[in-house]
Amino acid sequence: MKALLPFLAVVFLVLLVIAGVKAAGLYFVFGVLVPYAAAAVFLLGFVYRVVKWGKTPVPFHIPTTCGQQKSLPWIKPNGIENPSGTGGVVIRMLLEVFLFRSLFKNRKTKMKGEYLTYAWAPWLWLSGMAFHWSFLFIVIRHLRFFFQSVPVPVQAIEHLDSILNWGVPALYITDVIFLAAVTYLFLRRVTLSQVKAITLPADFFPLFLLFGIGASGVLMRYYTRVDVVGVKELVMGLVSLHPAVVSGIGTIFYIHLFLISTLFAYFPWSKLVHAGGVFLSPTRNLSNNSRVVRHVNPWSYPVKVHTYEEYEDDFREKMKMAGVPVERE
Amino acid sequence: MYNGGKIIAGLTIFLGLITFPIYYSVGKANPHPNPSLDTPVINQMKVKHCVESREFMRANHMRLLRGWMKTVLAGKGCVYVSSTGEKYNMSWDTCWNCHSSKKQFCDRCHNYMAVDLPCWKCHSEPNT
Repeated sequence: MKALLPFLAVVFLVLLVIAGVKAAGLYFVFGVLVPYAAAAVFLLGFVYRVVKWGKTPVPFHIPTTCGQQKSLPWIKPNGIENPSGTGGVVIRMLLEVFLFRSLFKNRKTKMKGEYLTYAWAPWLWLSGMAFHWSFLFIVIRHLRFFFQSVPVPVQAIEHLDSILNWGVPALYITDVIFLAAVTYLFLRRVTLSQVKAITLPADFFPLFLLFGIGASGVLMRYYTRVDVVGVKELVMGLVSLHPAVVSGIGTIFYIHLFLISTLFAYFPWSKLVHAGGVFLSPTRNLSNNSRVVRHVNPWSYPVKVHTYEEYEDDFREKMKMAGVPVERE
Repeated sequence: MYNGGKIIAGLTIFLGLITFPIYYSVGKANPHPNPSLDTPVINQMKVKHCVESREFMRANHMRLLRGWMKTVLAGKGCVYVSSTGEKYNMSWDTCWNCHSSKKQFCDRCHNYMAVDLPCWKCHSEPNT
């Protein structure tokens, strides 16, 4: 049930495009208005989210650590697992962002007979890496539609991606990896009971959406071909802010474009915004220097205190009369 | 905002990167690659047509040629019957007969889209 609703939502989006483009002929709406609106929602939403996070105070100094803290000179500190300065934080953050190091360290706790065992379980890390990196390659490859003369690095990545030279047009390795990874990420949510229990419709929707984007792209490239020169003309019109409707592009392209627009518009308001959030995680971006630098809670306000000296001043005579020792006569 | 300087710097870099294609392309002309059909043979045609319809050729010419290659290599003859019933010889010469200049025709769109072609690794191209 948790999967059905997001699935139907994606199916509905596809049917919406078929109805809008094929039946009603709203090429301007689906080719120009929707992409522009999605881009605007994405950019403004992303800024809104990051600024909102920036305004959120961090009351406590909470870096997560799993290594020796810097202490006495003869104890070797672990500069990455327990960073004591900015350098360590930067290295740890880069490893987290590019290699998902915390996922890599995942262990599965299990009883093996009478022993408690901790087995390395890298499958989420592996599929996550496969998904994110192939997606990055796919996005870079698509930049050939965004520049009048295609930049050399984009050409190089495309060449690398199609290096198997299977078929015409050549198979992209990342297309296979992307769809396989998304499929695995979906399957783990419906087969592993613990993961299934904590899965929400908002976890399934992006997976179906991404699968829809990948599948429509694969269909468009390898089966239902479209006029790519027309597609590039449309995209160049959009990025040069002189949008024009280009005729003769198949409906499958508008499905692809609409699902991507949905992804972009959905991005800042969903779990997908972890792309920005990872940089703003206090457990990751703080160095463990709380014994060197005092972390002031931004919520703290000046508290009115009544010191012992003031207390003694107030009650000195009475204290003396009662025989209570005083510090100052 | 806490650590506003760092956050705004990071955000600016991100926004700058993601909108780069827009301010790189805005205000520049976007000329259509315009593959040239101005060759003697095409000019003599009364009804200008290719092996298949224009829409089909634009999207599928590479698969058509690939199909020709496979048919010929498999020894299944070299006559292609188009959807309109016309017969064509499955050969590059059929293409070059009309599209006599690779530079004026093929290369225009292929360069525009930065297509990495395997064709000319084996086949020779016309000199013009």
